[in-house]
Amino acid sequence: MTVVPDAHDAVASTGTAARDHALGAVRGTPGANLPGLAAPEFTRVPAEPSGPLEQPRGSAPSAGPEGLMPPRIPAATGFGTAFGAVYRGQLARSKVGRIPLLFVASFQSIGILVLLRGILDVGDANAAGQVVAGSTVLVVAFVALNLLAQRFGALRAAGALDYYLTLPIPPAAVVLGTAASYATFAAPGTLVTAVFGSLLYGLSLSGLWLLAPVVLLAGVCLSGLGAAVGLLAPKPELATIAGQLGMSIVLFLGVIPADRLPEVGQLARDALPSTYAVDALSAAFQRNVHWMTVLVDLAVCAAVGVGALVVAVLALRRVGTS
Amino acid sequence: MGGVLSYAVRGLTRRHGVGEHSVLANDRIDLDVRQAEVFGVLGPNGAGKTTLVRQLMGLLRPDAGTITMFGRDVRAAPDLPARLAGYLGQADLALAELPVATAVSTTARMRGLSRPDARSARDAVLDELGLADLAHRPLSSLSGGQRRLACVATALVGDRPVLILDEPTTGLDPVARRAVWGALQHRRDTTGTTIVLITHNVLEAESVLDRVAVLEAGRVIACDTPGQLKASVSGDVRLDLAWRYDPPADDPTIAMLAGLATVRGRRWTVRMAPVAAREALGRLTTGAAFAALDDFSLATPSLEDVYLTLGGASRDLERT
Repeated sequence: MTVVPDAHDAVASTGTAARDHALGAVRGTPGANLPGLAAPEFTRVPAEPSGPLEQPRGSAPSAGPEGLMPPRIPAATGFGTAFGAVYRGQLARSKVGRIPLLFVASFQSIGILVLLRGILDVGDANAAGQVVAGSTVLVVAFVALNLLAQRFGALRAAGALDYYLTLPIPPAAVVLGTAASYATFAAPGTLVTAVFGSLLYGLSLSGLWLLAPVVLLAGVCLSGLGAAVGLLAPKPELATIAGQLGMSIVLFLGVIPADRLPEVGQLARDALPSTYAVDALSAAFQRNVHWMTVLVDLAVCAAVGVGALVVAVLALRRVGTS
Repeated sequence: MGGVLSYAVRGLTRRHGVGEHSVLANDRIDLDVRQAEVFGVLGPNGAGKTTLVRQLMGLLRPDAGTITMFGRDVRAAPDLPARLAGYLGQADLALAELPVATAVSTTARMRGLSRPDARSARDAVLDELGLADLAHRPLSSLSGGQRRLACVATALVGDRPVLILDEPTTGLDPVARRAVWGALQHRRDTTGTTIVLITHNVLEAESVLDRVAVLEAGRVIACDTPGQLKASVSGDVRLDLAWRYDPPADDPTIAMLAGLATVRGRRWTVRMAPVAAREALGRLTTGAAFAALDDFSLATPSLEDVYLTLGGASRDLERT
């Protein structure tokens, strides 16, 4: 397939001479082999024609039937634009259908905080900090892990991923744009939960700035896992179950203070990526903070998140070429 | 009509499933789709139409055969269909909760339009399809037809050189259907857009398609212009009769027609030579059977007749 460099100008002219010139130029270009131009009845087209076809974005529309020549191939859309469009679209969705779920996410965590208030010793700042941090990360798990896994599972089952796969955008933009919007959507709920928990357990609010990096990286981590689960699960029901199970594990191992878990539980807790987000956030409520540990915790979240997102992108590509 | 081949499909074969339960959805399909034509794929449910267009869009990999798009092998350039073609699939879950305007403008952005261009393209296509009043409503709150129309708008926005539309007018009312047909023909005429359109609606096939491939059980059983197809299969005409009550069986004309007719309740369809049909109708409208006759029509063959004559077995083509 070959396009004439001056095709644009040729199209603009309506005269026969200009059209003939354009067609002649196509035929005469080395490597061009367009049977459609050579004969009215088309024969087999060569499988591997050569020549550049890429065109800059924003060029004029392709030739009309009067000046039939191969259309310019529109450029693929860059990651940034595609990410922005997916993200914006998903936020618009959230406004319509997801706000009730946001309340559910926050109420669930607030309910757990209230419940545990009766059990925990007052004054145990360490344990209280973990409970508040665990409940806060649970909001992220609910939205980014559970809901996102369900969403991608449902899209895949309905064949609705075709919509994205037939747009000229990188699959990574679809996964990241959707994941980012779900993580964004979790943010207000985490703030409400963290502030409420701090007040309920008499913890200092001064370290709550840590909430920003923790929610961001827990969002990356859990939404990456949610997207991967949703796109890999062979059936949407399995994606839903996996998402809810994942959220339950985050709940039990995140909210219960580490030193009260049995040994097996502690091992499981260490293996769970969200633990590192809980530990990083619980530092916000402690007097002596080991910043190196916090940084390592956040790095683990980021690494798991990046790994899971890569898996999700590969899974989306696989759906597109089944 | 001369031009460049938008799609050249050769020996396309695709099987769904494995082992005994596998289904040959596309069986050695050869097709040429020319630039700037409205090319239809007609056939009943399960004929393999969607499998075919999903392969044209690069969404399914063929088991065998090749697809070239403007001369380029789609396997060698898998991103080609997404860049060249706007696609309307059957599922709309990805857009369901988006307001119509947002669905269209974000799609335009994903096709690489700048923000101002995306906005003006959105407004133009919503006006064109009569959706401007619904712009701010989420798709999920619309009726089935309006929702489908909004999805058509997302496929049209951004003016791709090729449009692949899987049953674009299913569920649309006649006004919306004509708006879609008009929008497609306008693009074909002004910008040379190539349109591949799946339908199982005979009226749609006859009114908008330049050429049509008839699919049955994964095979192309015919491919030509609607007129040529109709002319090729039969010189017969179709006489449709509807009865108020059972016609007198002893009438010789009735007896003759009853022997030839396909009967569905009190509706008879008879295919016969034009002269014989005219004579039979003359005798019916002047004889004793006329009192029992509720309605009648005499028509040249439709694409449905073509389909049935060519060996199409199913009867679930839509006629309205």
